[in-house]
Amino acid sequence: MTINHISIDTALLVVMMIAALWTVMGRSLLKAAIGLAVTSAIITILMFRLDSPLAAVFELSVCAGLMTVVFVSTISLTRPLAHKEIVELSRERHKRFGYLPLLLILVAVVLTFVKIRNNIAAPPAVGASIDVRQVMWNMRPLDMFGQIIIIIIGALGVVVLFEERKKDEW
Amino acid sequence: MSGENWQVFMTFGFFIILLSVCGLYCLLVTRNLIRAIIGLELLFKAVTLLIIVVGYVTGRNALTQAIVITVIVIEVVVAAVAGGIALRVFRHTNGLDARELKKLRG
Amino acid sequence: MPSLLIFIPLFGIVILNLPFGKAMRNAAFWFALAVFIVQIVLAITHQPIFWGNEIEQMDAFFRVNFSVDQLSFVMLLCIGLVSLTSLLVMRDTIFDINERFKFINLLMLASMGMSGIVMVTDIFTMYIFLEITAIASFILIAFEKDVYALEGAFKYMVLSALASVLILAATAILLLGAGSASFTAIADAIHRTDNNLIAVAMGLFVCGLLIKGGMVPFHGWLPDAYGAASPAVSVLLAGIVTKAAGIYTLIRALNSILGFDANIKALLLALGTISILVGAFAAIGQKDFKRMLAYSSISQTGYIVLGFGCATPLAIAGAVFHLFNHSIFKSLLFVNSAAVETRLGSTDMDRAGGLAQKMPITGFTSVIGALSAAGIPPLSGFWSKIIIVVALWQAGHTWYAATAIMASIITLAYLLAMQRKVFFGKLALGLEDIEEARLGIRAASVMLAAIIIGFGVLFPSAYAIFIAPIGEMFIK
Repeated sequence: MTINHISIDTALLVVMMIAALWTVMGRSLLKAAIGLAVTSAIITILMFRLDSPLAAVFELSVCAGLMTVVFVSTISLTRPLAHKEIVELSRERHKRFGYLPLLLILVAVVLTFVKIRNNIAAPPAVGASIDVRQVMWNMRPLDMFGQIIIIIIGALGVVVLFEERKKDEW
Repeated sequence: MSGENWQVFMTFGFFIILLSVCGLYCLLVTRNLIRAIIGLELLFKAVTLLIIVVGYVTGRNALTQAIVITVIVIEVVVAAVAGGIALRVFRHTNGLDARELKKLRG
Repeated sequence: MPSLLIFIPLFGIVILNLPFGKAMRNAAFWFALAVFIVQIVLAITHQPIFWGNEIEQMDAFFRVNFSVDQLSFVMLLCIGLVSLTSLLVMRDTIFDINERFKFINLLMLASMGMSGIVMVTDIFTMYIFLEITAIASFILIAFEKDVYALEGAFKYMVLSALASVLILAATAILLLGAGSASFTAIADAIHRTDNNLIAVAMGLFVCGLLIKGGMVPFHGWLPDAYGAASPAVSVLLAGIVTKAAGIYTLIRALNSILGFDANIKALLLALGTISILVGAFAAIGQKDFKRMLAYSSISQTGYIVLGFGCATPLAIAGAVFHLFNHSIFKSLLFVNSAAVETRLGSTDMDRAGGLAQKMPITGFTSVIGALSAAGIPPLSGFWSKIIIVVALWQAGHTWYAATAIMASIITLAYLLAMQRKVFFGKLALGLEDIEEARLGIRAASVMLAAIIIGFGVLFPSAYAIFIAPIGEMFIK
């Protein structure tokens, strides 16, 4: 990767940080959810640039897409706030969230002084050209079974949590 | 590791730490349950990006992509379940304010 | 064929959820019962046909790589026993058939996740099973629609997700130097490289596991979750979930990945002692039966971690034995609290009194559980505590040993105070026509009490068969 590439990446990372800041400091929940989706979309581009196309596709469709649907539906199922409440809440929020940019700058300054030696070496990759699908299905099939179990649990959880029910009588 | 790759890793690492500070701050400061979940998601995003960068600099994209796909599936299930719990809380207290939950007993 | 422990329940759940009408819903209970009992029997007998390497076709067919050693056997036994107990308690506390069905599904998924945790050999697969257990647990906590239960579930969710992020970040950094995510590759990378980044990753990893285990700086969620969840869930959580997700993984990571580093040992000794003291002192002031047990649980977990921190073979054997004992006696006490809760409608200790007259089995078994927790001979809890204390003494950690003994006296004090308030003394007003608990709860409490007495009396042979091999496993 040439220096030019790195500067493009850096620019993208800066945009990602702005999106993240907007997510955290934004006024309404809906905007925060959209901010999260934008952050996710920028991460997708970065993943493409880092030679991980399959993960990028997943990030885009699941994180930027499905997750936003989950958030927006949860937000819309809860009570919309009256305008006055929003103004009051956001004033209060500014007090608490106003420190975040300062904190970020502080962390950034501290990080520039941290130096880590470059002496980590991975053992040479055996068959570096292995495909993702091969890794997933042939080398790590247990992960796939784990995903199936997780999805079953998620389905059960949604059924349990989203339904209305009377309390049991003993 | 080659110098170029190391530079890529350090650049990304720098921003990944900033992103996780963002998420952590959101998680700690907010009183809204859904915002807390959003903070968690930012943290998950940071760590996903970290895994991908590690795969890039060590040349093991296949392994890290497989890992990231699983993490993404887990992430969305966690978000859905957490959203369900937040919705439940809302139905009980008619609000999403965590302060209403702070009736700690003992 | 250890993979069958995962796949049979998984396929069972899938088949049970097919739309075959009510018959399936009724079958679910018996299926879960059978799965747990088979798991217990296999873990006790060490059945070589099942665990041995002779028949590898099953594992080869699914291309999975599990490994089972002595420590896994103890954990699988605990998982089976506590899940069985939880199932029996569920039978007497949840009556709606649909609710029951969902509960059984989640219980089996959680238990499957834990069985996975104790058999995997890969750091990322371990993370997946941790996540399976955690998600199933927080749905189970939120099962009770009480607002406190929801609070506990949400807190647990946030902290558990935070722990996940820490564990994943550590995994990612360790992958910088390792060829794959298996325990051996990562251990190799750690020993080969000397870099601050690796040390940071180790710290993150241990922190994540301590959060999952509910150790002291991160224990805020635990009393809420244990106290507000429905009785069957409290049994499961206190008995095994935090132990499998936090404590087992910690010892596995120390043994096969990180190595017993001097800094980590000191950290564990300190955290263990703080947990013991904080848990014990917080338990004294509690008015609610289940919250008191939850704080007591933090304190007992401290003993286990103290044993790991000492890191001599004897101490580790004692710690693992205490882990087993803890899951038995804490489940027993939570079963007793379930008996009280179903009959009184609450677990407020001030409202109860003299229940032993009306509920003799519950009263008797709770005495057994409390005395085992406090470490009174000849019950099994005594042996594990004395092993830990002796090991600490031998290793020269005199002060830690003294603290452990002192905290044990506090444990006895608050548990006896609980006994006096709830089960003995004068029968409280309005409780004249209270009955003994239902069959499932009675059966569970008698079974657990019998295990405590049995292990206590037959300690020498149990030690030789189950516990001593674990200590030897860690001599390198």
